[in-house]
Amino acid sequence: MPMLVNVKLYASFRTDRFAMESRHYPSETTIRDVVHELSLQEDELGTILVNSRRAGLHAHLADGDTLALFPVLSGG
Amino acid sequence: MKEIVQQYLQENATGDLVSWKCQLEASHRFSLPLAKTEELILEARLLPARYQRNRDTFSIEQQRKLFHSCVAVIGCGGLGGHIIESLARLGVGKIVAVDPDIFEEHNLNRQILSSVDFLGWSKVALAATRVADINPAITLIPVKAAFTAKNGKELLQNVDLAADALDTVASRLELAEVCEEIKIPLVHGAIAGWFGQVLTQYPGERTLQRLYENLSQSIGAEKKLGNPAFTPAVIAGIEVAEICKVLLGSGQGQTGRIISVNLQDMEMEKIEI
Repeated sequence: MPMLVNVKLYASFRTDRFAMESRHYPSETTIRDVVHELSLQEDELGTILVNSRRAGLHAHLADGDTLALFPVLSGG
Repeated sequence: MKEIVQQYLQENATGDLVSWKCQLEASHRFSLPLAKTEELILEARLLPARYQRNRDTFSIEQQRKLFHSCVAVIGCGGLGGHIIESLARLGVGKIVAVDPDIFEEHNLNRQILSSVDFLGWSKVALAATRVADINPAITLIPVKAAFTAKNGKELLQNVDLAADALDTVASRLELAEVCEEIKIPLVHGAIAGWFGQVLTQYPGERTLQRLYENLSQSIGAEKKLGNPAFTPAVIAGIEVAEICKVLLGSGQGQTGRIISVNLQDMEMEKIEI
C-alpha cells in the first residue's frame, strides 16, 4: 500500500529542495530511504523527528506521518 | 544610612527617574558602590533613568528582579557577545562570562566584543571592559576557562540561569547536564549560516539532550556555512528575550520545543520535541 508522508526540511536542507511536501512512498519505507532519495548526506543529519518524537534512520514510516529533518546547528 | 541615601535620591529624582549623574553623585557622597546605589534606587521604587525605555515592558519591580539576577553566559563569541551586551543594557545585575579564548581575525565579521585594536586579547576581559563602559552598576565576573563537566558546577554556583553560547554539541550537552544536576534553567542558542535555533528548558525537561541525542560528535553545518554577522545578533536577541521571561517567572508553559529560525525564508517556527 502506498502511503503519504509529510516531509519537512529545515535550514540548509531546504536549499534546492523544498520546505514541506506531502510525498508518496511504498510501504516499509524507512527514514534512511527518504534521506537517500533526497540526496541528503547521513553525516550532515541532525535531529530526526517523526510526529514530534526523535527517531532513528532505520525506523519505518507510516501513512500520515510527519517526518522532520534538521541539519546539526552548533555554531556560537 | 539607607534612609538618608534614599531620601537624597527621592529629592534629586525627576518624577521617579534618577539620572546617571545623580546616581554617580549619590555613590560618591555616601561612599557606595554604583551597584549598591542602583539597588537602593530600585528598592525606593525609583528607576535609574537609563532604564526609562524599558518600561512599560518591565515594571520597576521587574527591573529590580532583573538587577538581583545572575546569568552565566557560557561562550563569549558571536552569540555570547550580543547576549552580554543586551543583559548589561537591560540591567541584569550580575553576569558570569566564561570563555577560554582570545579574539582572532576571523571573529571580526560577527563578534560584537571584537575589534582590530584588541586582537589577541582575552574575550572575557573585553566583555568586562565593555560592560563597565555600558553600565558600571552591573557586575561582570570574567572566567577565562573552558566550561567542562568538571568545573561546571563551581562556575554555575549561585547562578540563576545559564545561557548557552558555546560552539560544539559535546560542550552543550555537558552544560545541559550540569544545569540539570544543580537544577537551574538553561537557554540554548545555536547558529549556522542563515539559520539558528533557540530552546529554553527547566530542570527535568531535557529538551536539549533529546535534540542532540547521539549527535555529540557531530560536526555542525556552520563548518560549511560559516556564521555571518546577522545570525548571532538575531539568535542572541531571542535568547535574551527567553532569559528575561525565565528570570521574571513568565517562562513556564513555553518549553518542550525548539524555536527554529530561518533568515533566508524569514520564518520562525516553534517545533515540539
